Amino acid sequence: MNSPLDQLESLVAEAIANAESTVSAEELRQAEPLLIGKRSPFVNLQKTLGGLEPEERKSAGAKLQDARRRVEEVFAARLTILEAAEKSARYEVDRLVLGDVVASRVQLPLSAGHPGVVALTQQSLEDVFVGMGFTVAEGPEIETDWYNFEALNIPPAHPARGMWDTFYLDLGEPETVLLRTHTSPTQIHLMEAAVAAGTLPIHAVMPGRCFRRDTPDARHLAAFHQIEGLVVDRGITFADLAGVIETFTKAYFGPDIASRLRPAYFPFTEPSAEFEITCTICRGAGCRTCSHTGWIELGGCGMVDPAVFAAVGIDPDEFSGFAFGFGIDRCAQMRHQIADMRALTDNDIRFLRQFS
Amino acid sequence: MKASLSWLRDLVALPSDIGLIRDTLDDLGLVVEGIEEVGAGLSDVVAVRVDEIHSIEGADRIRRVIVDAGNGPLQIVCGAMNFEVGNYVPLAPVGAVLPGDFAIAERKMKGITSYGMLCSGRELGIGDDHAGLLILDSHPGVAPGVALTELLGIEQDFIFDISPEGNRPDAWSMLGIARDLASRFTADVVDPASGLEVDGGQSTASAAIAAAELCGALDVLEISGVRVGDSPRWLQRRLEQAGMRAVNNVVDASNYVMLERGQPTHPYDAALVAGQHLGVRQARNGEVLKTLDGAERTLGQPGRGLGDTGVDCVIVDGNDTVIGLAGIMGGESSEIRESTSNVLLELAFFDPMTIARTSKRLGLRSEASHRFERGVHFQGRREAAARFVALLRETCPDLRVVAHHEAHGVLPVLPTIVLKASDVLALLGTEIALEECARYLEAINCTVVHAGDQLEVSIPSSRLDIRHSALGRADLIEEIARLYSYRRLLRRTPTWAAPGGLSSRQQTRRLVRSIALGLGWSEAWTASLISEEDHALTHAGEPVIRINNPLASEESIFRSSALVGLVRAWLRNADRGFANEAIFEIGVVAQHPDVAPTPRVARGGEAGATTLQLPHEREVVTAVLGRDGDDAQSAVASWSVIADRLALLEVEVRDGVAPLGWHPTRYADLVDVATSAVAGRVGEVDPALLELLGSQQFSGRRLGLIELDFSVFVEPIKILRRDVKTPVPSRFPSANFDLALVTPTSVSALRLRSALRVASDAVESVELFDVYQGAGLASDVRSLTYAIRLSREDGTLSEEAILAARTALLEAAMQLGATLR
Repeated sequence: MNSPLDQLESLVAEAIANAESTVSAEELRQAEPLLIGKRSPFVNLQKTLGGLEPEERKSAGAKLQDARRRVEEVFAARLTILEAAEKSARYEVDRLVLGDVVASRVQLPLSAGHPGVVALTQQSLEDVFVGMGFTVAEGPEIETDWYNFEALNIPPAHPARGMWDTFYLDLGEPETVLLRTHTSPTQIHLMEAAVAAGTLPIHAVMPGRCFRRDTPDARHLAAFHQIEGLVVDRGITFADLAGVIETFTKAYFGPDIASRLRPAYFPFTEPSAEFEITCTICRGAGCRTCSHTGWIELGGCGMVDPAVFAAVGIDPDEFSGFAFGFGIDRCAQMRHQIADMRALTDNDIRFLRQFS
Repeated sequence: MKASLSWLRDLVALPSDIGLIRDTLDDLGLVVEGIEEVGAGLSDVVAVRVDEIHSIEGADRIRRVIVDAGNGPLQIVCGAMNFEVGNYVPLAPVGAVLPGDFAIAERKMKGITSYGMLCSGRELGIGDDHAGLLILDSHPGVAPGVALTELLGIEQDFIFDISPEGNRPDAWSMLGIARDLASRFTADVVDPASGLEVDGGQSTASAAIAAAELCGALDVLEISGVRVGDSPRWLQRRLEQAGMRAVNNVVDASNYVMLERGQPTHPYDAALVAGQHLGVRQARNGEVLKTLDGAERTLGQPGRGLGDTGVDCVIVDGNDTVIGLAGIMGGESSEIRESTSNVLLELAFFDPMTIARTSKRLGLRSEASHRFERGVHFQGRREAAARFVALLRETCPDLRVVAHHEAHGVLPVLPTIVLKASDVLALLGTEIALEECARYLEAINCTVVHAGDQLEVSIPSSRLDIRHSALGRADLIEEIARLYSYRRLLRRTPTWAAPGGLSSRQQTRRLVRSIALGLGWSEAWTASLISEEDHALTHAGEPVIRINNPLASEESIFRSSALVGLVRAWLRNADRGFANEAIFEIGVVAQHPDVAPTPRVARGGEAGATTLQLPHEREVVTAVLGRDGDDAQSAVASWSVIADRLALLEVEVRDGVAPLGWHPTRYADLVDVATSAVAGRVGEVDPALLELLGSQQFSGRRLGLIELDFSVFVEPIKILRRDVKTPVPSRFPSANFDLALVTPTSVSALRLRSALRVASDAVESVELFDVYQGAGLASDVRSLTYAIRLSREDGTLSEEAILAARTALLEAAMQLGATLR
């Protein structure tokens, strides 16, 4: 008796030839039921296997599966080729040699551009500090634990590291590569470079993006912007720090806004202070924003800790210095009275349009 | 740290003005996060007896209750269900004003008038229980009409929620806070502790330290005659106001001592401690302890944290079995129970870093660990022990201190620091007399010896934050400034000779921003942290810069491109109906060090002793141009404006292989002809990307795309700019004509233009103004038409000169295979 699979090879050859002869992905897809789908010869053959002995049925079934798989492979390969060709043909129709574009003949759409409020705020802060004699420096966003912590007098496992919820990267030893949690590592880079080049003193501000593992809310974003100031010079005291903070406060927020300092703790400054300014909403009268104290917290500051000078090789007997830092986004929020910080990253054009 | 005013007043005399106290605390660096007023609004609340309870027709959530308030029956409608006839409950009568300005008035519910409100503990601001009415039956002296404040011994009080700074271990105690206030208000601190007296008796307990580096001191107080029960009401209230729960008199006394003095102690039921022995040793790898919170903790295993080798300090019994996680949490096995009569009280000093590491690794924090990791006042152990005994004796008159056992490890060496008035002046810029400095330091319990023009200051163990030598000097000066008041320090605006200014990078960034704004683009800020899927849309197959501890998987990769983020931002606006927009971003992207051409190298790891390969960061300008009429051509034209404004000399828009995400056949690299530096890319968003981002409505939309690598434009210069020498245009008439040149497609329009520009001295400018391809021309050429302008600085060009120049131009063109059309 003839096996139902006698003609299997010729059926496979025929199906493969049919698949190979299609000229479009569409045609191939339409042929799918006939080649490998419901109406393919494999389905009919499968039905005939029922009459065979169990042993025979098993080997015939395996043969049939193999034949079907071979056709399926050809089908898939052909489809990939046809689709790629069609896609490439579509792109080909679209082709444009950009080197031959005659710029003067292109009609550019006319529209008004609006700056980001963070960039705008950063620029005006930079301008105030440049006017006060500061240069502006920048540093990387991805840092090592040395620059972000240890050189700033925060050794590994020190509880103070808990003050900054840190995003760590999957690079190097655990917890060695991270997204900077503040702009302070730029201070270290700056001091290292100045020591190496013999270019002390330093009077610089350092703006930049920082990251903290905080769930965003109306007042916090996981990514945010800070501006940091560093002065390292001879004879610098806390009085200079307080003076610079006051001068800046009046210059940026207005002559009726004052600053004051209160004790705080930062591992990289000693003495350390938190600086507060007159509440810009109630002008000191007391309101909900300032919890009826008339003051709102702006940032931290202090005299550079001798341990930080030691880490970068600056002689604390010759030089002293101060540092301060605060949030750029927070300044933007205060100046433009933005209720929810998250608007800054929404990029809603209706929001962006309000800045110029 | 929650500090009640009444408790503070026990320790130091304070003014009556709450605002002044708050302001003083703030100025001392003891930041007041909030003030809670308790016991206010309770003066009208009385205890009442429930006499009758009736259901109300048509209401199953409220009942009609008749109570006796001491002056006859009163009808109240009440929603609580947890009481029955005969119970005593609090009543706020009509006219009472409860905490939170909640005024009680007559109310009618289901036609029944309620003459007041029966209250829960929470409504009265004296407990968290909101499940039902506060049941008063167990309070001695309860009777209809008795004032609630009298019954519960409630006094009006203020709770200051103080958040001490990280360098103030002393501020985690009421005494520490009182000491600061005492200095400001020139008052004396009244320390309730007396000396420790040992009553003696048959001692069976012992103490030992097997890990001297981890534990500086271990005292075990052996106590008998304890009867476990409730603490006095006043003590319970103080614990509750401090945010702790009253448990029993033994545990409460331990907690009270911790709040008052900052010294955590741990009481064990002596009968449950094998051999009545408390020892301290390092945990062995894999040891398991079931802590008081019921969780099983595996100890001694290195953690992921930098430098965490898995050192855990544990308390063991006489069988060397672990019964407590030192300084963090006790074990279940030896907890104080109702039947406890003999107590072993552990008072110790544990190495702060060890506690910090263990607490972080196990994610286990407690009031005790919080204090141990900041360093506790080990010199005050005897006073703490005495205070525990005194407090517990209030409820256990038969209590006996059988013995006081001490074991010694390595304690921190306390610094002695030499301080001169000139040191203070040099750091603060304010002159403070040495005498005054001494006063401030004595106020925080330093021992100060005057030696000529300097002070020798010995630091107490309550201030383990104060370091040795020069570092400690800065710490001391901070203390002086703090107690002197920062607000009184002088201010001076410094001046220096060096001018301020922006770097060339910043100037260029500002210029690029202003050009972008001028082109009508609006500035966006998209996320630096993106999903792995979004990363793959532009950098499939490239290693990712992965965040180990992301907040969400959508923010787990540091971006290698701003493209997808910006396209998404454009699509979101478009979906809201604002499709006619162009947006740009100036921001940092990074490449994994394994694939970055120049990975950054920086020191890191413990002591910065390791050299680490870091991702290569680039600042890029990315723009998505989606206005009506925007496409690759408008992107190219916009680029030409930017290049012109940046004074770039010669950057070619050169065919290139489009990266993922870019339209493959409408793409070009921007390459400096002289240096081959790549300034960026220009083209269109790949329509396939728009489809992948799920945009139906905008799938056919052409979005022009520009990405500029900012680093190319700034020092060190990788791209040539126009000469600083600025030629003055000729005052004589120029000769103008067009040249249409049939040019092989392999020769770019810019290359030909460059060749024409230098073909003759007479050439003033060469500008492409038309490109023709198609009928009449072979497929591998196109016609480029340039407007030529010739001139001479010193006169009008002669016909011959013009002709010669034209010939030179054509010859230059022919060199590149271009011919006159």
